[in-house]
Amino acid sequence: MKKLFKEFFKGIGSENPTFRLILGLCPTLAVSTSVINGIGMGAAATFVLIGSNMIISLVRRFIPDEIRIPCFIVIIATFVTIVELTMKAYAPELSKALGIFVPLIVVNCIVLGRAEAFACKQGVLASIMDALGMGLGFTLALVLISVVRELLGSGTLAGFLIIKNFEPVLYIALAPGALLVIGLLIGGINYISRKGRAA
Amino acid sequence: MDVSMFLSVIIGAIFINNFILSKFLGLCSFIGISKETKPALYMGVSATFVTTCASIITWAIYNFILVPCHIEYLRTISFILVIASFVQLVEMVIKKFSRTLYRTLGIYLPLITVNCAVLGVAVLNSEMFFKPGINTLTSFALSALQGFCVGLGYILVMLFMSGIRERLELCDIPASFKDAPIAFIIASLMSMAFMGFSGFRF
Repeated sequence: MKKLFKEFFKGIGSENPTFRLILGLCPTLAVSTSVINGIGMGAAATFVLIGSNMIISLVRRFIPDEIRIPCFIVIIATFVTIVELTMKAYAPELSKALGIFVPLIVVNCIVLGRAEAFACKQGVLASIMDALGMGLGFTLALVLISVVRELLGSGTLAGFLIIKNFEPVLYIALAPGALLVIGLLIGGINYISRKGRAA
Repeated sequence: MDVSMFLSVIIGAIFINNFILSKFLGLCSFIGISKETKPALYMGVSATFVTTCASIITWAIYNFILVPCHIEYLRTISFILVIASFVQLVEMVIKKFSRTLYRTLGIYLPLITVNCAVLGVAVLNSEMFFKPGINTLTSFALSALQGFCVGLGYILVMLFMSGIRERLELCDIPASFKDAPIAFIIASLMSMAFMGFSGFRF
């Protein structure tokens, strides 16, 4: 039980996919213009992670080593297609906002990375916990970045007006702002964790 | 066929909608392999080759298999499978025919399979060009061109970035900002410069 919790929490903290491993950046930067988009993307990726980790862990003994990557990709792509079609049917606006990045979850390095590094070696329960932790860590990172960008870029938070009489910084809402925000965030987190280690 | 359409694809893919700096595709390799110029160039060249071929192959798959069978919803899964097997094939062919080429480009090929730029081009092509109103031949030419130009834009930015990062080795950067964070900040400044192209219209 303790081990399962360890698998769960490492994804959020010490092995956070975005801030620590610097994986899966493309969707992180592209959809973090608003908190709603960030949460939607995080939820979609978490679902794919849990599904693919679970199935891969179940069939890991039957997959020959040489063709494991194509097998993983097919399993992942299946779950991505499920998400894509479901989102189109029930949340068309979100699906439009996320656009090309929903099908691109297939090539998100976090998903394939967890399949390769964890799910093909560990049991089902541990794999699900790992996926949950990683997915939650990814979602948290997305929310953190999109809170900063939405607040500064349009003065709102999840669509509600927060700061009145504020001229939005358009730069933050556009592409360069995303790169700047994530650079500063990773640098800041590095700084804090270095200080914590030294103390 | 309209020449301005082709021009706008070329300029659009290389400068205005540069895949790395304004669409955020292929960022992992952009941050990971841009520390030195040579690997960055090799990665760019192999990526260009793969994006061009992948555009052509996915065009064929979509128009001759998915559309006639009415199974367009299998787009994602079929595209990624085709791309992955194509990259594997290229790797085997290169390994067989040229050891030197394999040694320089070989290690980048598996990385390209999971490079979102490749699947991104394929999906983008299918959304932009594979629709009624654009005849099949034009959509073929536009897709192949877009695949190639996206690759060119990728090489361009990789070269800029690796050049800057080679110089950065000599600079005194705060320890917490070394490597990835400073690379992001530079990319942000570059992206701002590239936004200057967005006024181009055809």
